[in-house]
Amino acid sequence: MASAKEIIARRAARELTDGNVVNLGIGLPTLVSSYVPESVEIILQSENGILGMGELSAPCTEDRDVINAGYQNVNIKPGAAFFDSATSFGIIRGGHVDVTILGALQVDETGTLASHIVPGRMVSGMGGAMDLVVGSKKVIVTTTHTNKEVPKLLSRVTLPVTAKNRVNLIITELAVIEVTPEGFLLREIHPDTTVEEVRRLTGANLNVSEDLKTMEV
Amino acid sequence: MKNKIVSLEEAMEFIHDGQTIMVGGFMTCGTPEILMDGIVKKGARGLTGICNDGGVPGKGIGKLIQAKLLKKLIASHIGLNPQAGEQMNAGELEIVLVPQGSLAEKIRAGGAGLGGVLTPTGLGTEVEEGKQKIVLEGVEYLVELPLKADVALIRGSIVDKAGNVFYNGTTRNFNPMMATAAATVICAAEKIVEVGELGPNYVMTPGIFVDYIVGGEL
Repeated sequence: MASAKEIIARRAARELTDGNVVNLGIGLPTLVSSYVPESVEIILQSENGILGMGELSAPCTEDRDVINAGYQNVNIKPGAAFFDSATSFGIIRGGHVDVTILGALQVDETGTLASHIVPGRMVSGMGGAMDLVVGSKKVIVTTTHTNKEVPKLLSRVTLPVTAKNRVNLIITELAVIEVTPEGFLLREIHPDTTVEEVRRLTGANLNVSEDLKTMEV
Repeated sequence: MKNKIVSLEEAMEFIHDGQTIMVGGFMTCGTPEILMDGIVKKGARGLTGICNDGGVPGKGIGKLIQAKLLKKLIASHIGLNPQAGEQMNAGELEIVLVPQGSLAEKIRAGGAGLGGVLTPTGLGTEVEEGKQKIVLEGVEYLVELPLKADVALIRGSIVDKAGNVFYNGTTRNFNPMMATAAATVICAAEKIVEVGELGPNYVMTPGIFVDYIVGGEL
């Protein structure tokens, strides 16, 4: 039985097409690259200044001058490029990243994302997330559907906003949900759950696609 | 031409209590560690740091945080340095969080003679608080003002004696912008070469921006 993370990462990988410039957030989104089929070649962007990032470096092969945005040593692919942070965020903000995949604390039916701060508890900062969500052509949120049964998909986020109205698609272990002008639209559902159960675990109105599909898991 | 190569002790003569300092590097990659050590040894206090992040405890700008030399840190992220969060909660360190792309542009603007930059990033978030908003051709932007510093502390992989800098791999990050935006720029060099040995095609920061070079960066 695949874990929630595997289900989410594998499904998210299917959103990527050959030639896409892709930025993957730290954590679960990083797993997505493992599930991209060999026939699909993507160009990974790392906000600290890489296009053409490869896998994590194997032990004892690390180049200490080459890290990813999560402070891990990485390999680079043939044809890769390094650049400074202003160029990197010109790529990001300027609409040259096709797809950004990142996690969420909360996401709402207007496509507004909260991902960077829990007041009074977690202080980390937004890093590059605000620019990535504002500037990328397509924003995919990968997240568990709830935090211990507390919904993360809401009618309005209650935590500090990372970016407004920019999320296009939400992929959880239970469902694939598109953010439309009419709110959340359930497009795909895990074979072991029901629309009623997904509704119970979602803190907003959930429209169901006429073409509802079963998630491949 | 003046000799730009100085000892660490000589370089530290330009660091004083209360200054604003820019520190290159992304999660310590590309941070001039010997200059961080020099400031800790000197014990300059009440500094305002401008850096992408808070480093990690005891490394990068984290060395200055650990020694409690910063009163304020302007950064995009402090998540890998719990000491920064602890000092913030204790009221010892003021943290100003800036989106990473806006931070890069604010520093670039500071060095490029621009009055600021217009960005959509941060609209509708707490980042817009206290900042001017402008609508141009129907699109709303946040006005982000330039950032400058008294001293920029950068790290070069190969630096020639005229101050021309080559940055290896992802050590480049904020270093080139910071080199343009401070009154005094000190570059810690991993390797120092003669003028002419670093081909002009490989120069990422022209030497005119670098005032002093300190060798011995590991």
